[in-house]
Amino acid sequence: MGEAIAFYTISAFILLFAVLVVSTRDTVHSVLFLVLDFLFVAALYVLLGAEFLAAIQVLVYAGGIVVLYLFVVMLVNLKRPPEAHQDPHRRTKVGFGLSAAVLVELAAIVAYGYAGPAPTPPAAAALPVTGNTEQVGWLLYTSYLIPFEIASMLLLVAMIGAIVLAKREL
Amino acid sequence: MITPAHYMILSAALFIIGVIGVMVRRNIIIIFMSIELILNAVNINLVAFSNQLQHVVGQVFAVFVIAVAAAEAAVGLGIILAFYRNKETVNIDEMNLLRW
Repeated sequence: MGEAIAFYTISAFILLFAVLVVSTRDTVHSVLFLVLDFLFVAALYVLLGAEFLAAIQVLVYAGGIVVLYLFVVMLVNLKRPPEAHQDPHRRTKVGFGLSAAVLVELAAIVAYGYAGPAPTPPAAAALPVTGNTEQVGWLLYTSYLIPFEIASMLLLVAMIGAIVLAKREL
Repeated sequence: MITPAHYMILSAALFIIGVIGVMVRRNIIIIFMSIELILNAVNINLVAFSNQLQHVVGQVFAVFVIAVAAAEAAVGLGIILAFYRNKETVNIDEMNLLRW
């Protein structure tokens, strides 16, 4: 019962703030709603027993990525709002229509999932450690060591690329 | 009783909101934020199934998704800044240099 109340409350806030992110005119307000949205997603991770991921969500998303967005919003002069410029060739209705098509597709997938028998969860592989953070760390440094290293290379490349792109002249 | 289907529906709703943001808005910064919402929807799915199957491998994949999202945000915002320096706009309707 308590879990259901927590789930529905957190879901309502996640969806509310997501709608506000895409519908607000002021870009700065949009970024701030994005922070709130990420914090509620972190709360959902706690509800699902993923404490490490919740901490990462708060630190990396709400702390790092959103600050990056705020800096760009401040650097870019938005005195002339992009929405004021009306392109006669743009068809907003087509955008809504395509989104509705994706929604129908997802609904079909969910309905198909309900039609079949529920999959039985496989026997959980026994990890030699207990605790959420320890288990994630164990998997990252054993089975997923090479993807982990590739991710670090990706971050290095992204860092160099961002500097090269944003610098005025090299 | 909250089943994984509830989490899937929440995730699908968040995904659709992100898709609507990408399709309808003209401000490229808002479009990037909608992409972050879509990635979050994917992460909710991964963590919900990780909880259902009692195995943390879904959370490991969510960590990778967050790393890729961070890289994407850094490079994407660098591109926005470089473009803004040239054309003084963040409106995607005016970003039509490669348009056929």
